[in-house]
Amino acid sequence: MSEVIANMAGNVWKVVVKEGDSIDSGQDVVILESMKMEIPIAAEASGSIKELKVNEGDFVNEGDVIAVIE
Amino acid sequence: MFQKVLIANRGEIASRVIRTCKRMNIKSVAVYSEADAEAPFVSEADEAHLIGPARVNESYLQVEKIINVAKETGAEAIHPGYGLLSENVDFARRCREENIVFIGPDADVIEKMGSKLAARKSMEAAGVPIIPGTNEPLETPEEGIKLANEMGYPVMLKASAGGGGIGMQIVHSDDELTKAFEGNSRRAEQFFGDGTMFMEKVVENAHHIEIQVLADHDGNTLHLFERECSIQRRHQKVVEEASSPLLTEQTRSEMGDAAVRAAKSINYKNAGTIEFLADEDQNFYFLEMNTRLQVEHPVTEEITGVDLVEQQLRIANGESLSFKQEDLKIDGHAIEVRIYSEDPETFFPSPGTITAFEAPTGDHVRNEVAVKANYQVTPYYDPMIAKLIVKGNNRDEAIGHLKEALSAYKVEGIKTNIPLLQKIVENQSFKDGQTRTSFIDEHIKK
Repeated sequence: MSEVIANMAGNVWKVVVKEGDSIDSGQDVVILESMKMEIPIAAEASGSIKELKVNEGDFVNEGDVIAVIE
Repeated sequence: MFQKVLIANRGEIASRVIRTCKRMNIKSVAVYSEADAEAPFVSEADEAHLIGPARVNESYLQVEKIINVAKETGAEAIHPGYGLLSENVDFARRCREENIVFIGPDADVIEKMGSKLAARKSMEAAGVPIIPGTNEPLETPEEGIKLANEMGYPVMLKASAGGGGIGMQIVHSDDELTKAFEGNSRRAEQFFGDGTMFMEKVVENAHHIEIQVLADHDGNTLHLFERECSIQRRHQKVVEEASSPLLTEQTRSEMGDAAVRAAKSINYKNAGTIEFLADEDQNFYFLEMNTRLQVEHPVTEEITGVDLVEQQLRIANGESLSFKQEDLKIDGHAIEVRIYSEDPETFFPSPGTITAFEAPTGDHVRNEVAVKANYQVTPYYDPMIAKLIVKGNNRDEAIGHLKEALSAYKVEGIKTNIPLLQKIVENQSFKDGQTRTSFIDEHIKK
Protein backbone atom coordinates (compact mmCIF):
# COMPACT_ATOMS: atom_id res chain seq x y z
CA MET A 1 0.00 0.00 0.00
CA SER A 2 1.22 3.48 -0.84
CA GLU A 3 -0.40 6.88 -0.35
CA VAL A 4 -0.37 9.83 -2.72
CA ILE A 5 0.06 12.94 -0.59
CA ALA A 6 -0.61 16.62 -1.42
CA ASN A 7 2.66 18.55 -1.21
CA MET A 8 0.88 21.91 -0.98
CA ALA A 9 -2.50 23.38 -0.18
CA GLY A 10 -4.74 23.98 -3.16
CA ASN A 11 -7.80 23.07 -5.14
CA VAL A 12 -8.08 19.82 -7.05
CA TRP A 13 -8.24 21.12 -10.59
CA LYS A 14 -8.26 17.78 -12.40
CA VAL A 15 -8.40 14.12 -11.34
CA VAL A 16 -6.42 12.22 -13.97
CA VAL A 17 -7.17 8.63 -12.83
CA LYS A 18 -10.14 6.67 -11.51
CA GLU A 19 -10.45 3.91 -8.93
CA GLY A 20 -9.26 0.56 -10.29
CA ASP A 21 -6.86 2.11 -12.83
CA SER A 22 -3.37 0.65 -13.10
CA ILE A 23 -0.74 3.28 -12.57
CA ASP A 24 3.05 3.54 -12.91
CA SER A 25 5.34 5.29 -10.50
CA GLY A 26 5.76 8.89 -11.65
CA GLN A 27 2.37 9.02 -13.37
CA ASP A 28 0.11 11.97 -12.50
CA VAL A 29 -2.85 11.25 -10.21
CA VAL A 30 -4.32 14.72 -9.81
CA ILE A 31 -3.44 18.27 -10.81
CA LEU A 32 -3.69 20.80 -8.00
CA GLU A 33 -4.20 24.50 -8.58
CA SER A 34 -2.83 26.96 -6.07
CA MET A 35 -1.99 30.66 -6.37
CA LYS A 36 -2.50 30.60 -10.14
CA MET A 37 -0.10 27.68 -10.58
CA GLU A 38 -0.90 24.12 -11.69
CA ILE A 39 1.04 21.40 -9.88
CA PRO A 40 0.73 17.76 -10.97
CA ILE A 41 0.84 15.28 -8.09
CA ALA A 42 2.34 11.97 -9.18
CA ALA A 43 2.27 8.48 -7.72
CA GLU A 44 5.48 7.37 -6.02
CA ALA A 45 4.71 3.67 -6.52
CA SER A 46 3.22 1.49 -9.24
CA GLY A 47 0.01 -0.45 -8.64
CA SER A 48 -3.71 0.09 -8.94
CA ILE A 49 -5.77 2.94 -7.51
CA LYS A 50 -7.57 1.37 -4.55
CA GLU A 51 -9.19 4.54 -3.27
CA LEU A 52 -9.47 8.12 -4.54
CA LYS A 53 -10.05 10.47 -1.64
CA VAL A 54 -10.69 13.68 -3.60
CA ASN A 55 -12.99 15.01 -6.30
CA GLU A 56 -12.44 17.84 -8.77
CA GLY A 57 -13.08 21.14 -7.01
CA ASP A 58 -12.13 19.84 -3.54
CA PHE A 59 -9.70 21.81 -1.38
CA VAL A 60 -6.75 19.92 0.10
CA ASN A 61 -4.18 20.93 2.69
CA GLU A 62 -0.48 20.06 2.52
CA GLY A 63 -0.11 16.49 3.80
CA ASP A 64 -3.65 15.36 2.93
CA VAL A 65 -4.00 11.91 1.38
CA ILE A 66 -5.20 12.16 -2.23
CA ALA A 67 -5.27 8.49 -3.18
CA VAL A 68 -4.30 5.03 -1.97
CA ILE A 69 -2.37 2.72 -4.31
CA GLU A 70 -2.42 -1.04 -3.83
CA MET B 1 -12.19 65.73 -9.83
CA PHE B 2 -14.13 62.60 -8.89
CA GLN B 3 -15.76 62.59 -5.45
CA LYS B 4 -15.74 58.80 -5.11
CA VAL B 5 -13.80 56.01 -6.84
CA LEU B 6 -14.40 52.25 -6.62
CA ILE B 7 -11.32 50.02 -6.68
CA ALA B 8 -12.10 46.77 -8.49
CA ASN B 9 -9.12 44.89 -7.13
CA ARG B 10 -7.53 43.52 -3.96
CA GLY B 11 -4.27 43.32 -2.05
CA GLU B 12 -1.44 45.81 -2.23
CA ILE B 13 -2.65 47.54 -5.40
CA ALA B 14 -6.02 48.29 -3.79
CA SER B 15 -4.18 49.82 -0.82
CA ARG B 16 -1.93 51.77 -3.20
CA VAL B 17 -4.86 53.34 -5.08
CA ILE B 18 -6.73 54.09 -1.85
CA ARG B 19 -3.65 55.97 -0.57
CA THR B 20 -3.57 58.37 -3.53
CA CYS B 21 -7.36 58.80 -3.36
CA LYS B 22 -7.06 59.85 0.29
CA ARG B 23 -4.33 62.37 -0.57
CA MET B 24 -6.54 63.83 -3.32
CA ASN B 25 -9.62 63.92 -1.03
CA ILE B 26 -11.41 61.31 -3.11
CA LYS B 27 -13.57 58.81 -1.22
CA SER B 28 -12.68 55.20 -1.94
CA VAL B 29 -14.93 52.14 -2.21
CA ALA B 30 -13.39 48.68 -1.82
CA VAL B 31 -14.99 45.46 -2.99
CA TYR B 32 -13.83 42.21 -1.41
CA SER B 33 -14.37 38.46 -1.35
CA GLU B 34 -15.14 36.34 1.72
CA ALA B 35 -11.48 35.26 1.80
CA ASP B 36 -10.33 38.90 1.98
CA ALA B 37 -12.60 40.11 4.80
CA GLU B 38 -9.58 40.67 7.07
CA ALA B 39 -7.29 42.10 4.38
CA PRO B 40 -5.76 45.53 5.11
CA PHE B 41 -7.24 47.21 2.00
CA VAL B 42 -10.78 46.48 3.22
CA SER B 43 -10.39 48.57 6.37
CA GLU B 44 -8.33 51.27 4.63
CA ALA B 45 -11.12 52.19 2.18
CA ASP B 46 -13.87 54.62 3.15
CA GLU B 47 -16.45 51.97 2.28
CA ALA B 48 -16.13 48.24 1.68
CA HIS B 49 -18.64 45.87 0.09
CA LEU B 50 -18.63 42.07 0.08
CA ILE B 51 -19.12 40.78 -3.48
CA GLY B 52 -18.87 37.00 -3.16
CA PRO B 53 -16.91 33.88 -2.25
CA ALA B 54 -13.15 33.44 -2.44
CA ARG B 55 -12.84 32.27 -6.03
CA VAL B 56 -12.17 35.18 -8.40
CA ASN B 57 -14.79 34.09 -10.91
CA GLU B 58 -17.40 34.31 -8.15
CA SER B 59 -16.22 37.67 -6.79
CA TYR B 60 -13.51 39.87 -8.36
CA LEU B 61 -14.46 38.88 -11.91
CA GLN B 62 -18.19 39.45 -11.34
CA VAL B 63 -18.65 42.42 -13.64
CA GLU B 64 -22.32 43.08 -12.85
CA LYS B 65 -21.88 42.85 -9.07
CA ILE B 66 -19.04 45.38 -9.20
CA ILE B 67 -20.97 47.73 -11.51
CA ASN B 68 -23.94 47.51 -9.12
CA VAL B 69 -21.77 48.42 -6.11
CA ALA B 70 -20.46 51.43 -8.05
CA LYS B 71 -24.00 52.54 -8.86
CA GLU B 72 -25.32 51.96 -5.34
CA THR B 73 -22.45 53.81 -3.70
CA GLY B 74 -22.39 56.67 -6.20
CA ALA B 75 -18.82 55.97 -7.35
CA GLU B 76 -18.23 57.98 -10.53
CA ALA B 77 -15.17 56.01 -11.64
CA ILE B 78 -13.59 52.57 -11.26
CA HIS B 79 -9.87 51.94 -10.91
CA PRO B 80 -9.20 48.34 -11.99
CA GLY B 81 -5.61 48.00 -10.64
CA TYR B 82 -3.68 45.28 -12.48
CA GLY B 83 -4.73 41.70 -13.32
CA LEU B 84 -8.36 40.68 -12.71
CA LEU B 85 -10.61 43.05 -14.76
CA SER B 86 -7.94 45.61 -15.62
CA GLU B 87 -7.68 44.54 -19.26
CA ASN B 88 -11.18 43.11 -19.59
CA VAL B 89 -12.84 44.66 -22.63
CA ASP B 90 -16.38 43.76 -21.56
CA PHE B 91 -15.87 45.38 -18.18
CA ALA B 92 -14.53 48.60 -19.71
CA ARG B 93 -17.52 48.66 -22.09
CA ARG B 94 -20.03 48.01 -19.28
CA CYS B 95 -18.55 50.90 -17.32
CA ARG B 96 -19.04 53.19 -20.31
CA GLU B 97 -22.64 51.98 -20.81
CA GLU B 98 -23.40 52.79 -17.18
CA ASN B 99 -21.75 56.22 -17.42
CA ILE B 100 -19.03 55.16 -14.99
CA VAL B 101 -15.51 56.27 -15.90
CA PHE B 102 -13.15 53.32 -16.44
CA ILE B 103 -9.71 54.50 -15.28
CA GLY B 104 -7.75 53.20 -18.24
CA PRO B 105 -7.75 53.37 -22.02
CA ASP B 106 -10.73 52.84 -24.34
CA ALA B 107 -12.12 49.32 -24.57
CA ASP B 108 -11.23 49.14 -28.27
CA VAL B 109 -7.56 49.83 -27.50
CA ILE B 110 -7.53 47.21 -24.71
CA GLU B 111 -9.01 44.72 -27.17
CA LYS B 112 -6.44 45.46 -29.84
CA MET B 113 -3.47 45.18 -27.49
CA GLY B 114 -4.95 42.14 -25.70
CA SER B 115 -4.20 40.09 -28.76
CA LYS B 116 -0.44 39.75 -28.98
CA LEU B 117 -0.73 38.94 -32.67
CA ALA B 118 -2.82 42.04 -33.43
CA ALA B 119 -0.42 44.11 -31.31
CA ARG B 120 2.58 42.83 -33.32
CA LYS B 121 0.90 43.93 -36.55
CA SER B 122 -0.03 47.37 -35.14
CA MET B 123 3.46 48.00 -33.88
CA GLU B 124 5.07 46.89 -37.11
CA ALA B 125 2.81 49.34 -38.94
CA ALA B 126 3.87 52.10 -36.52
CA GLY B 127 7.53 51.47 -37.29
CA VAL B 128 8.32 49.92 -33.91
CA PRO B 129 10.81 47.01 -34.20
CA ILE B 130 9.21 43.59 -33.58
CA ILE B 131 10.83 40.22 -32.88
CA PRO B 132 11.15 38.07 -36.03
CA GLY B 133 8.24 35.64 -36.00
CA THR B 134 4.76 34.87 -37.30
CA ASN B 135 2.10 37.51 -37.76
CA GLU B 136 -0.64 34.94 -38.43
CA PRO B 137 -2.02 32.24 -36.08
CA LEU B 138 -0.32 28.84 -36.15
CA GLU B 139 -3.03 26.34 -36.99
CA THR B 140 -1.08 23.12 -36.39
CA PRO B 141 2.18 21.96 -34.77
CA GLU B 142 3.38 20.92 -38.26
CA GLU B 143 3.01 24.49 -39.48
CA GLY B 144 5.01 25.61 -36.45
CA ILE B 145 7.74 23.06 -37.14
CA LYS B 146 8.10 24.27 -40.73
CA LEU B 147 8.48 27.90 -39.61
CA ALA B 148 10.77 27.01 -36.71
CA ASN B 149 13.11 25.21 -39.09
CA GLU B 150 13.16 28.28 -41.32
CA MET B 151 13.89 30.61 -38.39
CA GLY B 152 16.13 28.20 -36.49
CA TYR B 153 15.63 26.92 -32.94
CA PRO B 154 15.16 27.93 -30.19
CA VAL B 155 11.83 29.63 -30.74
CA MET B 156 9.25 30.95 -28.29
CA LEU B 157 5.79 29.47 -28.68
CA LYS B 158 3.21 31.94 -27.40
CA ALA B 159 -0.52 32.23 -26.82
CA SER B 160 -1.93 35.31 -28.53
CA ALA B 161 -4.23 35.98 -25.57
CA GLY B 162 -1.68 34.89 -22.96
CA GLY B 163 -0.29 36.71 -19.94
CA GLY B 164 1.62 36.03 -16.75
CA GLY B 165 3.71 33.43 -18.52
CA ILE B 166 0.71 31.20 -19.20
CA GLY B 167 0.67 29.63 -22.64
CA MET B 168 4.28 30.41 -23.52
CA GLN B 169 7.29 28.12 -23.76
CA ILE B 170 10.75 28.08 -25.28
CA VAL B 171 11.18 25.07 -27.57
CA HIS B 172 14.41 23.66 -28.98
CA SER B 173 13.29 20.87 -31.31
CA ASP B 174 10.46 19.52 -33.49
CA ASP B 175 9.47 17.03 -30.76
CA GLU B 176 9.37 19.67 -28.08
CA LEU B 177 7.32 21.93 -30.32
CA THR B 178 4.72 19.22 -30.99
CA LYS B 179 4.28 18.57 -27.26
CA ALA B 180 4.33 22.24 -26.27
CA PHE B 181 1.83 23.30 -28.93
CA GLU B 182 -1.07 21.17 -27.68
CA GLY B 183 -0.45 21.82 -23.97
CA ASN B 184 -0.02 25.56 -24.26
CA SER B 185 -2.91 26.00 -26.63
CA ARG B 186 -5.17 24.04 -24.24
CA ARG B 187 -3.98 26.05 -21.25
CA ALA B 188 -4.51 29.37 -23.06
CA GLU B 189 -8.01 28.23 -24.03
CA GLN B 190 -8.78 27.39 -20.39
CA PHE B 191 -7.34 30.58 -18.89
CA PHE B 192 -8.17 33.13 -21.57
CA GLY B 193 -10.85 31.48 -23.72
CA ASP B 194 -8.57 31.70 -26.76
CA GLY B 195 -6.03 29.04 -27.67
CA THR B 196 -4.56 30.88 -30.69
CA MET B 197 -0.80 30.31 -30.86
CA PHE B 198 2.02 32.10 -32.65
CA MET B 199 5.79 31.96 -32.62
CA GLU B 200 8.74 34.30 -32.18
CA LYS B 201 12.48 33.81 -32.51
CA VAL B 202 14.17 33.69 -29.09
CA VAL B 203 16.24 36.81 -28.48
CA GLU B 204 19.46 35.47 -26.98
CA ASN B 205 20.90 37.04 -23.82
CA ALA B 206 17.88 39.30 -23.64
CA HIS B 207 16.99 42.00 -21.17
CA HIS B 208 13.30 42.69 -20.52
CA ILE B 209 13.00 46.46 -20.60
CA GLU B 210 9.75 48.39 -20.64
CA ILE B 211 8.81 52.02 -21.09
CA GLN B 212 6.12 53.71 -18.99
CA VAL B 213 3.92 56.07 -20.98
CA LEU B 214 1.25 58.60 -20.03
CA ALA B 215 -1.18 60.04 -22.57
CA ASP B 216 -4.00 62.54 -22.06
CA HIS B 217 -7.09 63.37 -24.11
CA ASP B 218 -5.48 66.47 -25.61
CA GLY B 219 -2.92 64.57 -27.63
CA ASN B 220 -0.05 64.84 -25.14
CA THR B 221 1.87 61.56 -24.97
CA LEU B 222 5.12 61.23 -23.07
CA HIS B 223 7.32 58.56 -21.55
CA LEU B 224 8.73 58.24 -18.05
CA PHE B 225 11.86 56.32 -19.02
CA GLU B 226 12.40 52.60 -18.62
CA ARG B 227 12.18 49.80 -16.11
CA GLU B 228 14.49 46.80 -16.30
CA CYS B 229 12.46 43.71 -15.35
CA SER B 230 14.71 40.90 -16.56
CA ILE B 231 15.00 38.86 -13.38
CA GLN B 232 12.07 36.48 -13.53
CA ARG B 233 11.01 33.04 -12.38
CA ARG B 234 8.35 31.06 -14.29
CA HIS B 235 8.22 34.01 -16.74
CA GLN B 236 7.06 36.26 -13.90
CA LYS B 237 9.05 39.20 -12.65
CA VAL B 238 10.86 39.11 -9.32
CA VAL B 239 13.18 42.15 -9.41
CA GLU B 240 12.54 45.42 -11.27
CA GLU B 241 14.68 48.52 -11.39
CA ALA B 242 14.90 51.96 -12.93
CA SER B 243 17.09 52.77 -14.74
CA SER B 244 18.24 49.73 -16.71
CA PRO B 245 21.92 48.88 -16.18
CA LEU B 246 22.07 47.87 -19.87
CA LEU B 247 21.00 50.96 -21.74
CA THR B 248 23.13 53.74 -23.14
CA GLU B 249 21.63 57.24 -23.18
CA GLN B 250 21.13 56.92 -26.92
CA THR B 251 19.17 53.63 -26.68
CA ARG B 252 17.15 55.02 -23.75
CA SER B 253 16.12 57.94 -25.91
CA GLU B 254 15.36 55.74 -28.94
CA MET B 255 13.23 53.34 -26.86
CA GLY B 256 11.35 56.25 -25.30
CA ASP B 257 10.63 57.69 -28.74
CA ALA B 258 9.50 54.26 -30.03
CA ALA B 259 7.14 53.83 -27.04
CA VAL B 260 5.58 57.26 -27.57
CA ARG B 261 5.19 56.51 -31.29
CA ALA B 262 3.56 53.18 -30.43
CA ALA B 263 1.10 54.76 -27.97
CA LYS B 264 0.21 57.57 -30.38
CA SER B 265 -0.35 55.15 -33.26
CA ILE B 266 -3.19 53.44 -31.39
CA ASN B 267 -4.59 56.68 -29.91
CA TYR B 268 -3.73 55.49 -26.42
CA LYS B 269 -5.03 57.35 -23.34
CA ASN B 270 -4.09 56.99 -19.65
CA ALA B 271 -1.07 55.08 -18.24
CA GLY B 272 0.38 52.19 -20.21
CA THR B 273 3.59 50.29 -20.74
CA ILE B 274 5.36 49.17 -23.88
CA GLU B 275 7.44 46.06 -23.14
CA PHE B 276 10.58 45.34 -25.15
CA LEU B 277 13.30 42.72 -25.30
CA ALA B 278 16.77 44.20 -25.77
CA ASP B 279 19.95 42.35 -26.64
CA GLU B 280 23.54 43.03 -25.54
CA ASP B 281 24.07 45.15 -28.66
CA GLN B 282 21.25 47.50 -27.66
CA ASN B 283 18.89 46.23 -30.37
CA PHE B 284 15.35 46.27 -29.01
CA TYR B 285 12.10 44.62 -30.12
CA PHE B 286 8.44 45.12 -29.15
CA LEU B 287 7.12 42.34 -26.92
CA GLU B 288 3.65 43.49 -25.83
CA MET B 289 1.74 46.43 -24.44
CA ASN B 290 0.14 46.46 -20.99
CA THR B 291 -2.87 48.75 -21.03
CA ARG B 292 -2.96 49.35 -17.27
CA LEU B 293 -0.91 50.31 -14.24
CA GLN B 294 1.79 47.71 -13.58
CA VAL B 295 3.03 45.97 -10.46
CA GLU B 296 6.44 47.61 -10.87
CA HIS B 297 5.17 51.18 -11.30
CA PRO B 298 6.77 52.34 -7.99
CA VAL B 299 10.32 52.31 -9.39
CA THR B 300 9.28 54.81 -12.05
CA GLU B 301 7.56 56.92 -9.41
CA GLU B 302 10.71 56.90 -7.29
CA ILE B 303 13.05 58.13 -10.04
CA THR B 304 10.66 60.69 -11.60
CA GLY B 305 8.70 61.95 -8.57
CA VAL B 306 5.45 61.43 -10.52
CA ASP B 307 2.51 59.70 -8.78
CA LEU B 308 1.22 57.50 -11.60
CA VAL B 309 -2.09 56.75 -9.89
CA GLU B 310 -2.73 60.48 -9.52
CA GLN B 311 -1.98 60.96 -13.22
CA GLN B 312 -4.34 58.11 -14.11
CA LEU B 313 -7.11 59.76 -12.08
CA ARG B 314 -6.45 63.18 -13.63
CA ILE B 315 -6.37 61.85 -17.20
CA ALA B 316 -9.55 59.86 -16.62
CA ASN B 317 -11.11 63.08 -15.31
CA GLY B 318 -10.28 64.78 -18.60
CA GLU B 319 -7.37 66.89 -17.33
CA SER B 320 -4.30 67.65 -19.40
CA LEU B 321 -0.88 66.47 -18.27
CA SER B 322 0.67 69.33 -16.29
CA PHE B 323 4.25 68.54 -17.37
CA LYS B 324 6.11 67.98 -20.60
CA GLN B 325 8.72 65.47 -21.70
CA GLU B 326 11.55 67.94 -21.07
CA ASP B 327 10.36 68.47 -17.46
CA LEU B 328 11.06 64.82 -16.63
CA LYS B 329 14.51 63.91 -15.32
CA ILE B 330 15.89 60.70 -13.83
CA ASP B 331 16.71 61.19 -10.16
CA GLY B 332 18.73 58.37 -8.55
CA HIS B 333 18.14 54.63 -8.88
CA ALA B 334 15.24 52.52 -7.56
CA ILE B 335 14.86 48.75 -7.17
CA GLU B 336 11.68 46.79 -6.40
CA VAL B 337 11.52 43.18 -5.27
CA ARG B 338 8.34 41.16 -5.09
CA ILE B 339 7.78 39.18 -1.92
CA TYR B 340 6.00 35.94 -2.85
CA SER B 341 4.53 33.34 -0.51
CA GLU B 342 6.36 30.45 -2.10
CA ASP B 343 9.20 28.03 -1.58
CA PRO B 344 12.38 29.94 -2.54
CA GLU B 345 13.90 26.90 -4.30
CA THR B 346 11.02 25.04 -5.94
CA PHE B 347 8.82 28.17 -6.41
CA PHE B 348 5.87 26.05 -5.18
CA PRO B 349 3.09 28.12 -3.57
CA SER B 350 3.05 28.35 0.22
CA PRO B 351 -0.36 29.44 1.48
CA GLY B 352 -0.95 29.52 5.24
CA THR B 353 -1.23 31.84 8.21
CA ILE B 354 1.35 34.59 8.70
CA THR B 355 2.19 34.42 12.38
CA ALA B 356 4.52 37.43 12.43
CA PHE B 357 5.03 40.22 9.89
CA GLU B 358 7.38 43.18 10.01
CA ALA B 359 8.38 45.24 6.97
CA PRO B 360 11.61 47.23 7.06
CA THR B 361 11.55 50.99 7.59
CA GLY B 362 13.91 53.82 6.74
CA ASP B 363 14.35 56.91 4.57
CA HIS B 364 15.27 54.90 1.48
CA VAL B 365 12.57 52.25 1.85
CA ARG B 366 9.01 52.07 0.51
CA ASN B 367 6.66 49.18 1.26
CA GLU B 368 3.53 48.16 -0.64
CA VAL B 369 1.94 45.49 1.52
CA ALA B 370 -1.10 43.24 1.15
CA VAL B 371 -0.90 41.33 4.46
CA LYS B 372 -0.35 41.70 8.21
CA ALA B 373 0.40 39.52 11.22
CA ASN B 374 -2.16 36.77 11.94
CA TYR B 375 -3.40 36.99 8.35
CA GLN B 376 -4.29 33.95 6.31
CA VAL B 377 -2.74 33.77 2.84
CA THR B 378 -5.17 31.66 0.81
CA PRO B 379 -4.47 29.57 -2.31
CA TYR B 380 -7.08 31.50 -4.29
CA TYR B 381 -4.98 34.41 -5.50
CA ASP B 382 -1.56 35.37 -6.81
CA PRO B 383 1.27 34.54 -4.35
CA MET B 384 2.56 38.12 -4.14
CA ILE B 385 2.08 39.40 -0.59
CA ALA B 386 4.17 42.58 -0.68
CA LYS B 387 6.65 44.70 -2.62
CA LEU B 388 9.78 46.25 -1.21
CA ILE B 389 11.12 49.31 -3.02
CA VAL B 390 14.41 51.04 -2.23
CA LYS B 391 16.05 54.14 -3.64
CA GLY B 392 19.67 55.32 -3.72
CA ASN B 393 21.64 58.08 -5.40
CA ASN B 394 23.04 55.42 -7.73
CA ARG B 395 22.65 51.66 -8.37
CA ASP B 396 25.32 50.55 -5.90
CA GLU B 397 23.74 52.59 -3.16
CA ALA B 398 20.28 51.20 -3.96
CA ILE B 399 21.65 47.62 -3.83
CA GLY B 400 23.13 48.39 -0.41
CA HIS B 401 19.77 49.66 0.86
CA LEU B 402 18.05 46.59 -0.58
CA LYS B 403 20.43 44.22 1.14
CA GLU B 404 19.86 45.95 4.47
CA ALA B 405 16.07 46.11 4.05
CA LEU B 406 15.80 42.43 3.09
CA SER B 407 17.74 41.41 6.20
CA ALA B 408 15.22 43.37 8.30
CA TYR B 409 12.17 41.82 6.59
CA LYS B 410 10.35 39.40 8.86
CA VAL B 411 7.63 37.00 7.68
CA GLU B 412 6.85 33.94 9.80
CA GLY B 413 4.36 31.09 9.39
CA ILE B 414 4.69 30.72 5.60
CA LYS B 415 7.62 30.25 3.26
CA THR B 416 8.64 33.28 1.21
CA ASN B 417 11.10 33.99 -1.59
CA ILE B 418 13.15 36.36 0.62
CA PRO B 419 16.11 33.90 0.71
CA LEU B 420 16.05 33.84 -3.12
CA LEU B 421 16.03 37.66 -3.23
CA GLN B 422 18.97 37.75 -0.82
CA LYS B 423 20.92 35.38 -3.10
CA ILE B 424 20.20 37.65 -6.07
CA VAL B 425 21.33 40.79 -4.24
CA GLU B 426 24.55 39.08 -3.15
CA ASN B 427 25.33 37.80 -6.65
CA GLN B 428 28.26 39.49 -8.36
CA SER B 429 26.64 39.32 -11.80
CA PHE B 430 23.62 41.16 -10.42
CA LYS B 431 25.90 43.76 -8.87
CA ASP B 432 27.60 44.11 -12.25
CA GLY B 433 24.25 44.72 -13.97
CA GLN B 434 24.28 41.40 -15.86
CA THR B 435 20.53 41.06 -15.37
CA ARG B 436 19.47 38.92 -18.31
CA THR B 437 16.13 37.09 -18.41
CA SER B 438 18.05 33.84 -17.91
CA PHE B 439 19.60 35.19 -14.66
CA ILE B 440 17.89 32.83 -12.18
CA ASP B 441 18.56 29.74 -14.31
CA GLU B 442 22.19 30.77 -14.84
CA HIS B 443 23.15 32.04 -11.42
CA ILE B 444 20.69 30.98 -8.73
CA LYS B 445 18.92 27.69 -9.50
CA LYS B 446 20.90 24.63 -8.50
